[in-house]
Amino acid sequence: MDKALIPDGVKRCPLPLFGLWLLVLLAIIGWGVYAGLSVLIQGLNITGLNNYFGFGLYICADLAIIALGAGAFFSGFLYYGMSRFFPVLKEELQKIINLAVIVGFCCYTGALAVLLLEIGQPIRGWFGYWHANVHSMLTEVIFCISCYAIVLVIEYLPIVLENRKLDAIRGVHFFGHSLHEAMAIFALTGTFLSFFHQGSLGGVPGVMFGRPFAFRTGFFVWPWTFFLFTLSAIACGPSFTALICKAVEGVTRKRLVDRSVYELIAKISGTALLIYFVLKCADTLYWALDTAPGFGLKLSDFYQEPYGMWLLVAELGVGGLLPVILLLTPNLGTSNGLLFLGFFLNCFGICVNRFAMTVEAIAIPVMPFDRWAFYTPTWAEWAPVIAMLAYGTLIISLSYRYLPVFPQEKKLNVR
Amino acid sequence: MSSGTENGSHGGHLHYGMVIDLDKCTGCGACSVACQEENNISFRADESDKLRGISWLTLYRLENGKEYPAYRAISLPRPCMHCSGGHDSPCTYVCPVNATKRDPETGLVNHIPVRCIGCRYCMVACPYHARSFNWWDPVWPDPLTKMLTPEVSPRMRGVIEKCTFCGHRLNRARDQARVAGEDPKMVAYTPACVEACPTKAMVFGNLKDPQSEAAKLAKDPRAFQILAKLNTDPSVYYLSKEQWVHKLSDNDL
Repeated sequence: MDKALIPDGVKRCPLPLFGLWLLVLLAIIGWGVYAGLSVLIQGLNITGLNNYFGFGLYICADLAIIALGAGAFFSGFLYYGMSRFFPVLKEELQKIINLAVIVGFCCYTGALAVLLLEIGQPIRGWFGYWHANVHSMLTEVIFCISCYAIVLVIEYLPIVLENRKLDAIRGVHFFGHSLHEAMAIFALTGTFLSFFHQGSLGGVPGVMFGRPFAFRTGFFVWPWTFFLFTLSAIACGPSFTALICKAVEGVTRKRLVDRSVYELIAKISGTALLIYFVLKCADTLYWALDTAPGFGLKLSDFYQEPYGMWLLVAELGVGGLLPVILLLTPNLGTSNGLLFLGFFLNCFGICVNRFAMTVEAIAIPVMPFDRWAFYTPTWAEWAPVIAMLAYGTLIISLSYRYLPVFPQEKKLNVR
Repeated sequence: MSSGTENGSHGGHLHYGMVIDLDKCTGCGACSVACQEENNISFRADESDKLRGISWLTLYRLENGKEYPAYRAISLPRPCMHCSGGHDSPCTYVCPVNATKRDPETGLVNHIPVRCIGCRYCMVACPYHARSFNWWDPVWPDPLTKMLTPEVSPRMRGVIEKCTFCGHRLNRARDQARVAGEDPKMVAYTPACVEACPTKAMVFGNLKDPQSEAAKLAKDPRAFQILAKLNTDPSVYYLSKEQWVHKLSDNDL
């Protein structure tokens, strides 16, 4: 029934089966929309947030999903920028760049929707542009996230216009082709914006000089977390794109990209993660041995169950050192299981970091006579976050079915 | 100890501040009640969830951790600290929409509820937990609606609020000074909490005026600030002769 829309020479599942899949996703999205509307109508009192936990699951999920979506900006930077010096990047990344852009688009637009729920007065969201406080890292976030989301829409558009039916229209074909020609400019603009955006998300906790767990010294106006967040996003973004690609391969039972693409991503992600890991360890040591003692606190003061020391081990050990070994040890890379475990743990470590810097950071009582606080998200927080993932899955499903996302698909699946 | 009168990043001859004598405080809560009433702070029928309530002036109970007869306890009233450290205040530094600013003329950290977008970044950044979020629409049962202070706007759901050192009383004092042909910039006024304190444990005044009682007490050997190591330079000083109270005022390795 929808054959005319499916790219030439590739096979897709029957429409009823695809329709059923879409219904499942739409049901989850509907649940998230219902929760979102409930929050907008009834207020944030139906969440688990309180005066001690001003930040919770929404902001944590936003930070994590935006870091995971960084594959778009970094792959674009490598593909359009660095490939001039390393041609192999162009050759390999063109096989997955479309997916990286789509994943980035889903992550950023989804995060923007959840961000709307996060603020108590969503109708005043535009005040961020109008009454901007140039000293606030959140102002930088607001500007960069909206600008980069626009860039991602522009980057996604030519992929949409490659749909067989749309491409048959002469004007659309010409417009799409012209966009492709100009894409390097958008990709590099996106790189610039995303660098600041990822960094300013790191700056949000890093500048809170009244919160010793989060506060970091830094360079000029930027705390070290600014640079660490950017670097960690560079490390996990391509890994997340590879994981999504593998998931699509698993669901469709097809090979969509060469293994050499995964191996290249493992090297890039692994190297970035290694640099991040070394710097993060240095940052943690400096914070634990210099910054925190300056505030009269020691490392163990920051960890108490359920936010115990295990979080630091999970972040730096399981989600840091282990994926570095898995991604950069050549012999281990030959095993598919270990390679993708490395990608997964890389993403896991960054998510734990985002949790630590948003939720754990504010659980610690700063006044000595105050008490620890604990936070449990409610359904009204889980539902929009899960719906955001379902929304991403929906966009990727539709894109895979109707757009030529993987240039190698035909070649790799000849029967 | 850092001093707001010396290290404050603002110029001028005026810096309103408060000194609270913990040795005099009985923990009666009159200051907190007066603040609630004066500033139209809303409340709910069930206030058992203390992390969701709105309080501009919270009473903390500090204990020395010893067994009877060595056991000691004091009450510590905590208004907004109106920080004036070199970084500005932790809250004003992070607000993305300039809804909260420190007035360099007076040292007061104000908050504009109608500009606040409710992102709660200021609340998270404040180490003193001096800011509360309006989780619900404010509702007052009759006849309390007829008893609200007309000079203070009630805050709506979804925005932050905090102690203003009764900024409306400052405005009133300035208006009176103008009418009397005096300099409206250097007026003295008294916040509701200070006025209500039955033991005169709270003193309010210009910390930059060496003749003011507040400035003198801020230099008392018993004086200390809470979390002085954070360099937030609070405009609120506490007095106590008890060393264990001084020790509990800051983190110490």
